[in-house]
Amino acid sequence: MTAVNEQMLPVVSEVISGLQHKPGALLPILHEIQNRLGYIPPESVPLIAEALNQSRADIHGVISFYHQFRTTAPGRHTVEVCRAEACQSMGARQLEAYAKATLGVDYHGTTSDQNITLEEVYCLGNCACSPSVRINDEIVGRVTPEKFDQLIDELRSQPLEVH
Amino acid sequence: MSDSVTKIYIPRDTTALAMGADRLAREIAAEAANRGETVEIIRNGSRGLFWLEPLVEVDTTAGRVAYGPVECKDIDSLFDQSFLLGENTHPLCQGLTEEIPYLKKQQRLTFARAGLTDPVSLDDYQQLDGFNGLKKALQIDGQAIVDEVKTSGLRGRGGAAFPTGIKWQTVLNANPGETGQKYIVCNADEGDSGTFADRMVMEADPYMLIEGMTIAGLAVGADQGYIYLRSEYPVAHQILNEAIAKAEHAGFLGTNILGSGKTFNLEVRLGAKAYICGEETSLLESLEGKRGMVRAKPPLPAIVGLFGQPTIVNNVLSLAAIPYILSNGGQAYADYGMGRSLGTLPFQLAGNIKQGGLIELAFGVTLRELLEEYGGGTFTGRPMRAVQVGGPLCAYLPESQWDTPMDYEAFQAIGAGLGHGGIVVFDDTVDMSEQARFSMEFCVAESCGKCTPCRIGSTRGVEVIDRIRNNENRAENMELLSDLCETMIDGSLCAMGGMTPFPVQSAVKYFPDDFDRQTQNSEGGA
Ligand SMILES: Cc1cc2nc3c(=O)[nH]c(=O)nc-3n(C[C@H](O)[C@H](O)[C@H](O)COP(=O)(O)O)c2cc1C
Ligand code: SF4
Ligand code: FES
Repeated sequence: MTAVNEQMLPVVSEVISGLQHKPGALLPILHEIQNRLGYIPPESVPLIAEALNQSRADIHGVISFYHQFRTTAPGRHTVEVCRAEACQSMGARQLEAYAKATLGVDYHGTTSDQNITLEEVYCLGNCACSPSVRINDEIVGRVTPEKFDQLIDELRSQPLEVH
Repeated sequence: MSDSVTKIYIPRDTTALAMGADRLAREIAAEAANRGETVEIIRNGSRGLFWLEPLVEVDTTAGRVAYGPVECKDIDSLFDQSFLLGENTHPLCQGLTEEIPYLKKQQRLTFARAGLTDPVSLDDYQQLDGFNGLKKALQIDGQAIVDEVKTSGLRGRGGAAFPTGIKWQTVLNANPGETGQKYIVCNADEGDSGTFADRMVMEADPYMLIEGMTIAGLAVGADQGYIYLRSEYPVAHQILNEAIAKAEHAGFLGTNILGSGKTFNLEVRLGAKAYICGEETSLLESLEGKRGMVRAKPPLPAIVGLFGQPTIVNNVLSLAAIPYILSNGGQAYADYGMGRSLGTLPFQLAGNIKQGGLIELAFGVTLRELLEEYGGGTFTGRPMRAVQVGGPLCAYLPESQWDTPMDYEAFQAIGAGLGHGGIVVFDDTVDMSEQARFSMEFCVAESCGKCTPCRIGSTRGVEVIDRIRNNENRAENMELLSDLCETMIDGSLCAMGGMTPFPVQSAVKYFPDDFDRQTQNSEGGA
C-alpha cells in the first residue's frame, strides 16, 4: 500500500511544481492530483503543505471540506446519482435505492470487484430531463432502473485497462 | 443523391448529450455516407427546448427545420422521408424551429443566439452581433459603462437581486491600494436544483459571458477575471476553455484587446462539490485555496474581495446580460419588465413537467402561464400539486399562488422568492413532509459549519421531522419545528441557514395533511 503511494509521489511533485505559482493554487493542485491518480494520497499532504507554505492541518482541512476530494482509491468508474429536488420529482429516491441495492454498496462505497464507486450529487443541470446520473464525465437523463442496469452492464463489459 | 452540402445541427449541450446526441450525430453521419449524401454536422448549443432533445435541425432554403426528440432508431425513416430537404411528413418534424410556439413567444435578449450557433465559432458569434458591446465599451470610459448598466436596471440574477450598476460603481470607486489590483469573478456555481440557465450560457454562447466579463473589467479597471465553475458541469468546462483559448488567440482577450492597449485575462477555476461555495464570500475563500467558509459582511467583496482586493462578484446571467446592454443601450433593456424588476429573466422549467426547458421572458409573466402554456402540465400526466420556485432555499407554492406575477417584489410579498428563476414541479404523489425533511438534510450536508443554528439546527430539524412523520408527540414536535425554523432564520449568518426554513415552513403551512399520518391514514386507508 505505502509502496504504491510512494510510486505516486513523483506525479504529485510534478503537479505541484506545475501549479504552485498560481494565485490560490490549492484547489487546482488537488483537482489535478485527483485527476491523475484517482484520489489524493495522504502522503501528498506534506508535499503540498511545504510547497504552499501552509500547515498540514490547513491542507487536510481543505481536502475534508469538499465533497469531491477523496483520500482512498475509488473504483474504475464513478457513478453519481442526483439527489436534488427536480430529480426527486421524477423518482430519484427510488432510483437511489435501486442503485444501492443492485450495486450492493452505499454512497461512497466501491463494488467488491473494484469496478464502480457510487456517489451522490446535488444537481447536474439536467433537471428538465430528470432523473439524472453522471458516469465519469458523461451525464445521462431520464434514467429508469432498466436504463441504469444497461449503463452498469456497459461499464462492466468494458475491457479492463492493463495496469 | 445530391452534390450540395446540407447543414445539420445537433447540439453538444449537456441535456442533448444526456439524451444521446453524440451517438446520434455519429450514426447520422454514417447513414448519410451510406446513402451518398454530403452533409456537414454542426454541433450547436441547445435552444433550450429540452423535451425535444436531441433536437436535430436541417438547414433548408425556407429556414431551419426541427426534428425531435430524435433517437437512433428514427434515423432510417428520417432519411427515407427526405428530412434532408426539410420534408414535414415525419412524425418527429416540428416544422420551422423559429415557429415553434414555445420559442416564438419568448423575449430572448440574453439567449438570442443560444442554439443558433456553434458555441466556439468566433465567426458565428460576430455575425450575430457578438463583441458589439465590447467595441462600444472600448470607446467610452469606465464611468460611462457603469452608467449604462445603471440605466438598464439590471439586478443580480444569482438570487439576491442586488442592483448590478451600484455594485460596479462601488468597485469602480474602491481604492485598490498599492498593487492596484481589482478582480472580476463570475459565480458559475449554479447549485440550485432546477436551474440550468448559467450552464446554457456557458455551453451555448460562451463568448457572451467572456464579453460581459471583459466589459466589467474595462468598467472598473480590473485586468484579471475568474470563472468559478461547479465541477458538476464537465461539458461547460470544456467549452469554456475552448472558447477562452480561441478568444485570446484572436485578440478579444489577454493583452492589448483589439489593439486598445487594454488587458483582461480570464481563467476557469473548478469548485469541488460544495453548495455553499455559491455564496459569494465562501466562493472567494474557495478561490483563495481555503475551506469555503462564509465571511461576515461588511466589508463587502466590492471593497475587500478576492485576495483582499476590490472585486465584482456577479452571476453568469448578470454578466451575460451586459453585452446586450452595452450594444443596445441600457434603456432598451429597461424597457422590458415590470415595477423594479426590469429586463428579462430566463425561467427554467424542470422536474415533473411535460415540456421542460428554458423560457426567457420579461418579468411579470405569471407562474401559471409558464406551467400550463409552456410546460403543458406534468410529465406523468397527473395533477400538479406543489411547485418550488427559486431553488432549495425557497418556498413550495400551492396552486392558490400560481397566479402571482414573476416579479421580485410580488414574490417577496407572498413569502416566496424567484432566486435564479428555477421552477421545479411536483405531481400529486409528492409527500411534502419528505420534501421538508430533505431541505433540512440538504442543509446538514452543505452547511459551512460556521454558525450553530445552521450546523446543529438542521440536524435537529431532520430529527424533529422524522418524529412528526412517525406520529410521535405530533403537536409538540410541530411547535418545536416552528421554533427551530425561527431560530435558524434569526441566528444564521447567511441565507443557507437563514432560508432553509422557508421551504419547510411553506410545506407545513400549505400542505399540513402531509405532516399528519393519522389524516393520511384515515383518508387513504379505506
Ligand atoms: C447558500 C448560497 C448559495 C448561493 N449560490 C449561488 C450560486 O450558485 N450562483 C450565484 O450566482 N449566486 C449564488 N448565491 C448568491 C451569491 O452569494 C451572490 O449574491 C451572487 O453571486 C451575486 O451576483 P449577482 O449580483 O450577479 O446575483 C448564493 C447565496 C447563498 C447564500
Ligand atoms: S448560515 Fe450556515 S452556511 Fe451560512 S455561514 Fe452560517 S453555518 Fe455557514
Ligand atoms: S436536480 Fe438532478 S439534475 Fe438538477
